[in-house]
Amino acid sequence: MNSSGEAFAFTPENQEAAKAILAKYPEGREASATMPLLTLAQRQNDNWLPREAMDVVADMVGLAPIRVYEVATFYTMYNLKPVGKNFVQVCTNISCLIKGSDDVFKACKKKLGIGNGETTPDGEFTLLEVECLGACVNAPMMQINDDFYEDLTGETTEKVLDALAKGEAPAAGSQAGKRVGCQPAGGLTTLIGED
Amino acid sequence: MLHDRDRIFTNIYGIHDTGVKGAQSRGDWDKTADIIKKGREWIVEEMKTSGLRGRGGAGFSTGMKWSFMPKDSGDRPHYLVINADEGEPGTCKDREILRSEPHKLIEGALLASVGIGAHACYIYIRGEFYREAEAVQRAIDEAYDAGLVGKNACKSGYDFDIYVHMGAGAYICGEESALIESIEGKKGQPRLKPPFPANCGLYGCPTTVNNVESIAVVPDILRRGGAWFAGLGRENNAGTKLFCVSGHVENPCTFEEEMGVPMKEMLEKHCGGVIGGWNNLKGVIPGGSSVPVMTKGQCDSALMDYDGLKEHGSSLGTAAVIVMDQSTDIVRAITRLSAFYKHESCGQCTPCREGTGWMWRMMERISVGNATIDEIDLLEDVTRRIEGHTICALGDAAAWPIQGLIKHFRSEMEERILEKAGTQPAADAAE
Repeated sequence: MNSSGEAFAFTPENQEAAKAILAKYPEGREASATMPLLTLAQRQNDNWLPREAMDVVADMVGLAPIRVYEVATFYTMYNLKPVGKNFVQVCTNISCLIKGSDDVFKACKKKLGIGNGETTPDGEFTLLEVECLGACVNAPMMQINDDFYEDLTGETTEKVLDALAKGEAPAAGSQAGKRVGCQPAGGLTTLIGED
Repeated sequence: MLHDRDRIFTNIYGIHDTGVKGAQSRGDWDKTADIIKKGREWIVEEMKTSGLRGRGGAGFSTGMKWSFMPKDSGDRPHYLVINADEGEPGTCKDREILRSEPHKLIEGALLASVGIGAHACYIYIRGEFYREAEAVQRAIDEAYDAGLVGKNACKSGYDFDIYVHMGAGAYICGEESALIESIEGKKGQPRLKPPFPANCGLYGCPTTVNNVESIAVVPDILRRGGAWFAGLGRENNAGTKLFCVSGHVENPCTFEEEMGVPMKEMLEKHCGGVIGGWNNLKGVIPGGSSVPVMTKGQCDSALMDYDGLKEHGSSLGTAAVIVMDQSTDIVRAITRLSAFYKHESCGQCTPCREGTGWMWRMMERISVGNATIDEIDLLEDVTRRIEGHTICALGDAAAWPIQGLIKHFRSEMEERILEKAGTQPAADAAE
């Protein structure tokens, strides 16, 4: 567990959000709010979770801090050390692998000048190889913060990263320009108004 | 092949309005109160009639599962938990329901809850699906505002609350008892069964856990009748199914098709066929990473349903079809799956915690030829010591892809080892 070296407190806005989270669960089952509260804390704290935030959550849900540490260290999405402003997670599992995730990952390493699990010195980007993100028909793909970038090539990967480096917000979804979602890129084969 | 008139997911590509108005214009939330008023027994019987089998991979009868819920639990509430922790490599069908058809899911949750006597439902969405969870929450808010859920849902007199609960990155939480643990605020480690969730699930209360797709098809089944659904597909393999085809086809995509459709025809009609033609096919993993790979010869005649794929020693699983052409380094592909299972083992059972690491390290060596031939047999033996010796099926899921590889592609593993050792492969040496 890493310390941030300073006290953690939810912002007034997030205190309201925390109340709404706690209200989802029956009385006496506040422990259920542990994960969503950790997520809320992480999102408030530049996408990483210091021990101070875990302690605040433990207090709110009435658990011993160790119970919350257990949860925070079990689930991979809790970042236990600081990450870059743009958290680049490249899927390299089977569907992405056979569709060229090597090229995507290589393009990320080249463009960002960092390796797996590393953060750029300016704190702008963190790169991480991850497991299946559930967008396999749009492989290969990567997740950057909350958004999925799909149907990638090495070239379009670099374009997305370039745009982010310039402070732009590149459109999420398919980057191949042939489709929006998961439909066949060659044109619809179903739901075409036939009987 | 399925006609559009029998398709349930008419907005699966999110081309039309995904909001409540759009959903209603496509027939969702139509006279829901009338169905609720038919009562719990009727709903369960109709689901049994439909022949729907769970769409999350195990394929257990949904109606039967609901009927296991106790009739009277005293003051213990019943819960419906929807498993939206989609993470089986190759699988991305539930994502489309969450973001494009959320109202089918919410209406299905209400009707399923009536069927099991629940008044509260939690939808467990994997943490990475942040945008999808936003879409579902938006739809839930709309449904509350329109009086479709909440107190006196759809003016039926039935009270029903529905909540989103997000995961935070753990494949194992797709296992139902690990998912329940996770909602309770703990590490996602599967429970020993029995007791089963129907008797002792979330908060120790009777609980049914169903996959997203299983729940989202419920309103159409109840509206159009269980017999309509049962009339599609084959006996014991009823209905329609979302297939997600990834890998080496011209157009990877997700679509709804009838159960039992021939694999070859399906890939050609919806996906533009295998890249380089059918004869360029090397193998197919037909139901997500946990099911054994099939050879081209098997794929030639395979029918896409539970029994059709079982005949070929594989399984429908989640209907996530991963197509691999001749360019695929299949040993590396399966090695990647071994790395996945090692990463996702929850660490609770020794055979899985240690075994997934063993298998992965052996596969890493074999994939670069740094092994001996008899180690393939050793590896096969290790898979048998893990399979069936763990609390949940993750150990099995880690073992099966390797068993499938050894069974069908052993020669590729051997070639690599012989090549590295500087020995000609046996076939070449004979020439």
